[in-house]
Amino acid sequence: MEPSLTTSIGGIQLDRPTMLASGILGISLDVFNRLYRAGAGAVVTKSLSREPWEGYPNPTIFSVNGGGWINAVGLSNPGAPNFAKMIESNQDVPIVVSLVGSVPDDFKMMIEEFKNCNVTAFELNLSCPHVAKVGLEVGDDPELVKKIVTTVKNSTNVPAIAKVGLGTTNYLNTVKTAIESGIDAITAINTVRAMAIDVETQRPILSNKFGGLSGTPIKPIALRCVYEISSKYDIPIIGCGGISTWEDAIEFFLAGASAIQIGSAIGDNWINVFNDINTGILQYMKQKNYSTVNEMVGLAKKF
Amino acid sequence: MRWWDLQRNSNHTTIVTIEKVIDETPTVRTLVFSDSVMPNVLPGQFAMVWIPGINELPMSVMISQESGKAAFTVRKHGLASTGLFNIASGGKIGIRGPYGNAFDIKSGKLLLVGGGTGLVPMMRLLTFLKPTDDVTVLIGAKSKNEVFFESLANDLLKNNVHNVIVSTDDGSYGENGFVTDVVEKLVNESHFDAVYTCGPEKMMYKTVQSAHSRGIFVQASLERMMKCGVGICGSCCVGEDLACKDGTIFDGNHLSKNKEFGYSHRNKAGIPENY
Repeated sequence: MEPSLTTSIGGIQLDRPTMLASGILGISLDVFNRLYRAGAGAVVTKSLSREPWEGYPNPTIFSVNGGGWINAVGLSNPGAPNFAKMIESNQDVPIVVSLVGSVPDDFKMMIEEFKNCNVTAFELNLSCPHVAKVGLEVGDDPELVKKIVTTVKNSTNVPAIAKVGLGTTNYLNTVKTAIESGIDAITAINTVRAMAIDVETQRPILSNKFGGLSGTPIKPIALRCVYEISSKYDIPIIGCGGISTWEDAIEFFLAGASAIQIGSAIGDNWINVFNDINTGILQYMKQKNYSTVNEMVGLAKKF
Repeated sequence: MRWWDLQRNSNHTTIVTIEKVIDETPTVRTLVFSDSVMPNVLPGQFAMVWIPGINELPMSVMISQESGKAAFTVRKHGLASTGLFNIASGGKIGIRGPYGNAFDIKSGKLLLVGGGTGLVPMMRLLTFLKPTDDVTVLIGAKSKNEVFFESLANDLLKNNVHNVIVSTDDGSYGENGFVTDVVEKLVNESHFDAVYTCGPEKMMYKTVQSAHSRGIFVQASLERMMKCGVGICGSCCVGEDLACKDGTIFDGNHLSKNKEFGYSHRNKAGIPENY
């Protein structure tokens, strides 16, 4: 029998386990449709705030010699109310709406904006490493995480995912708090706080000085986090961080992820990367005689 | 060539020194620099240009008459372009790329329509044409003091059958009126094998319409707000297309199906704004 790429993550059903990661290409419904046709199982939007944000001035992205990117786009986004209108006509694409805010009320108000939209899940950005008062600064505060997740769960029946990253506190505490507050799934991990300096002009390159490192350099770190979360907690996990090949995707499944997100690899291989990875996963499943993705999830933990 | 150019990562910023500054008009300057990659890029390709401490901008790569050199031609407008405009000879900028696709080079009777700094990719395109091509260059400007590259175009075409036409909105130089009216007149009067355009979007929209409706092959180079230049950030989307990755050059067939071309672009927050 032909293996199936369908997967289920905390009540979210996807035809394919390869999702577009937040922050990448995510501001137009036309582009979402194109990515879905290109093989993405779901698209995660740019993180939306209550008001439109312009983000930081350029340079906002830096290519690391040897692989990977450092970005400090600064969460530029049209704001939840504008964005909800932009995706109102969505019928086909599984859209995961990423939200960023400082207080529980921000999230509640934004979720309300999407009540007429076809939304597959909300992903709470508790881990952006380069914008003050949101992201990691929220994720590092267990009390705030508890209040936000509780508020979100009381505001909607749409599944909610917490995206965690490596901040100044143990990220596993954020995961634990989110689970205890009723979160449906965890995305791990966000970019890792980093910087780049130009030796000729001797100044930091990014306008914000600090940004988030993504791409192949963080893959082993992300994999370790997925393995740790999956070993410690019974919660569906979406693996994210430097995945660029089908082998990377399989590694994340074996570590305990039920789906994966792809971002930086698009900068290197363009959007064919979804189809390439899906095809590779299918071939691996045939070779190993798996009929569902779920059969592979967490297998590496038995050793 | 220096050893490190052999393994240059095109996404990685390379620092170059401005060697010469040419004043084209009171608000437009061409900055010339030496580099191993940029002098050889295809017509229409762009670089992301870092003005240290100020900003980073997508810039179409301008030609230099000297070998081993390339240039950027910038109009001072906002903070970033004014920052680049003010870089003096000896100043340093960072460049990465080249990015984007290139014009499809046709032959025969060709029409190139450029407005303002949209003339930059047109000048590079001229260097790729054959001596047998019959080339018309149409330069649009608001008024006489904003006209530039007229003598450069004539010089680049000295071995071709050619015609360089200037059109000013206020009639202070050349033809009187909008450049798009001249386009309409030209494609009505004679047969062209291909039309290329770069400049203000409304100008390109009408030019594409004039050519495409007559079945003439036409390509336009689109300008959008860009952050990454490599197809990650999504800032430059035009409908389902990404200007940086799918373009910046699109043909008339494709553009005639795009709902945003000629109508709207996105601001820094990603909100569509009408032209």
